[in-house]
Amino acid sequence: MSEQVQTAVIDLAPAGPLREFWDYFSENRGALIGFYFIVAMLLAALFANFLTPHSPFEQYRDQILTPPAWQEGGLWLYPLGTDEVGRDILTRLLYGGRMSLFIGMMVVSSSLLIGTMIGLVAGYAKGLTDTLIMRAMDIIMALPSLLLALAIVTILGPGLINAAIAIAITYLPHYVRITRASVIAESSKDYVTASRISGAGVWRLMFITILPNCMAPLIVQASLGFSNAILDAAALGFIGLGAQPPSPEWGSMLAGALEFIQRAWWVVTFPGLMILLTVLAFNLMGDGLRDALDPKMKQ
Amino acid sequence: MFSFLLKRVSIVIPTFLGVTLLTFALIRLIPGDPVELMAGERGIDPVRHAKLLAEMGLDQPLLVQYWNYLSAIFHGDLGTSLVTREPVLREFFTLFPATLELGTCAIIIAVLIGLPAGIIAAVRRGKATDYTVMGLSLTGYSMPIFWWGLLLILLFSVKLGWTPVSGRISALFWVDEVSGFMLIDALLSDEEGAFISALRHLILPSIVLATIPLAVIARMTRSAMLEVLREDYVQVARAKGLAMPLVICVHALRNALIPVITVIGLQVGVLMAGAILTETIFSWPGIGKWLLDSIQRRDYPSVQGGILLVACLVIFVNLTVDILYGVVNPRIRHNR
Repeated sequence: MSEQVQTAVIDLAPAGPLREFWDYFSENRGALIGFYFIVAMLLAALFANFLTPHSPFEQYRDQILTPPAWQEGGLWLYPLGTDEVGRDILTRLLYGGRMSLFIGMMVVSSSLLIGTMIGLVAGYAKGLTDTLIMRAMDIIMALPSLLLALAIVTILGPGLINAAIAIAITYLPHYVRITRASVIAESSKDYVTASRISGAGVWRLMFITILPNCMAPLIVQASLGFSNAILDAAALGFIGLGAQPPSPEWGSMLAGALEFIQRAWWVVTFPGLMILLTVLAFNLMGDGLRDALDPKMKQ
Repeated sequence: MFSFLLKRVSIVIPTFLGVTLLTFALIRLIPGDPVELMAGERGIDPVRHAKLLAEMGLDQPLLVQYWNYLSAIFHGDLGTSLVTREPVLREFFTLFPATLELGTCAIIIAVLIGLPAGIIAAVRRGKATDYTVMGLSLTGYSMPIFWWGLLLILLFSVKLGWTPVSGRISALFWVDEVSGFMLIDALLSDEEGAFISALRHLILPSIVLATIPLAVIARMTRSAMLEVLREDYVQVARAKGLAMPLVICVHALRNALIPVITVIGLQVGVLMAGAILTETIFSWPGIGKWLLDSIQRRDYPSVQGGILLVACLVIFVNLTVDILYGVVNPRIRHNR
């Protein structure tokens, strides 16, 4: 009897925050699938040079438009076939994963970092500074993100890095608004007042007292921002203003594909499928993160 | 009511000015000045260069230049295309009906499918139908629409031969422009089969453009319905013994629609961005394709004017939705 009571007490002990988060997160099967897919893709992209014998740029001139291995005329040396100049498609997809993850990371980290700073300042300073910042963000929000990205790329010139900068700017307002809203909500709470009364300076209040309590929505937004960044970068690549050929970026791989649509379905199908699956995985994970981190937003 | 209107409209003015500042900056941040751009690769001699700059007012201080730009905008002068030598405003409004037709069809498809799908998912919460609808809508939301367009072309145009690949109507027909909407014009014309041809050209691009709004509308409808179905008055209606379909369609839907309508209004921006990609894939002669072509041809006045007009369109629609929202929901009107 007493032993049973003992175990019950142990079970009731609160789990660590990470453990608790994981319990919530792994309840959501979709989020888990998304997470595992992303991990697998990350590993595949990192170790692309060990996974495939080809280079993404090598053109096998005698193997132009070879169909996938399971189709007639296909070779297992090129499992997903080759493109119009004889490059192995699977290899290019693997290396393309690097570019998409790179662009996602660049966009999310820069817009998260800068957006959070601006949002902190706006929420903390209030008054004119706040109004000016928020009006500027309204202007960015007034333009459809792809259109604004197009405008910025027109100024900076086409290229992967410029595309990343353009996309980062278009997503800045999301982070600014989220941070500002939670800073305003948090600053009136007792623990902030207590900290201020005990003499904490502006910087300490902003970064150490308030910021950590605004992190949950920011993390969710960052995860969803990843998928948007990958999607927009691919769109820019597709219309010729993002990554430039011959780089194996998924969107730009599709740019010339319309020509081969009658002859070679595999050239058209696989790069887009990778974009879709990756974006879907990040969206699934984002939904799961939202549910796990913010019970209020649970649907 | 009037003060609410005034407040809403006054918020839009700084945004509009900001966008003009952005488009004004756009053309000045591009390496090389407008005269050099117009002269192209042939180059231009310095005297003539200076003269042209002065003629265009580009030797004046930036603030004066911006003022001139603004007053030109208010006089309806958005510059002249470097390629066609036509006024940008006229070019825009010649092509705009094509985009409007495509966008309207897309939003109709999105609402007609998205709304019922969302309602069904909410009613069958946690069942297989719910998971299917939500899974599909998340897939649609994650869709790279340029690839989706290519896939549909591959299936319906190349493999099955059901629909044409590009354009608005078969070259066999000559349809007089009345409304600018090809479907209506084709119907008004005497040509037999013109309407069917226009419809077959329209269907694939509309589906592609509708994909993301459809997914968003389905998700929003589901969550709005779920919230409303929990409300007391819905429980009362059910307890009274009203049939479930009646409760859902009459009692619940009316209130669930409010956030859904806002979301539909917000799709205008999504549609304009999507139009750039969709029109490019299907060679649809609208604003999106024109903007992209202008960027590739370095026709900067067209890019500048086009971006400004699209932004104004988005701002205007969002403002309208905002005001309508206030009309429908008095709580919003009196709160601020």
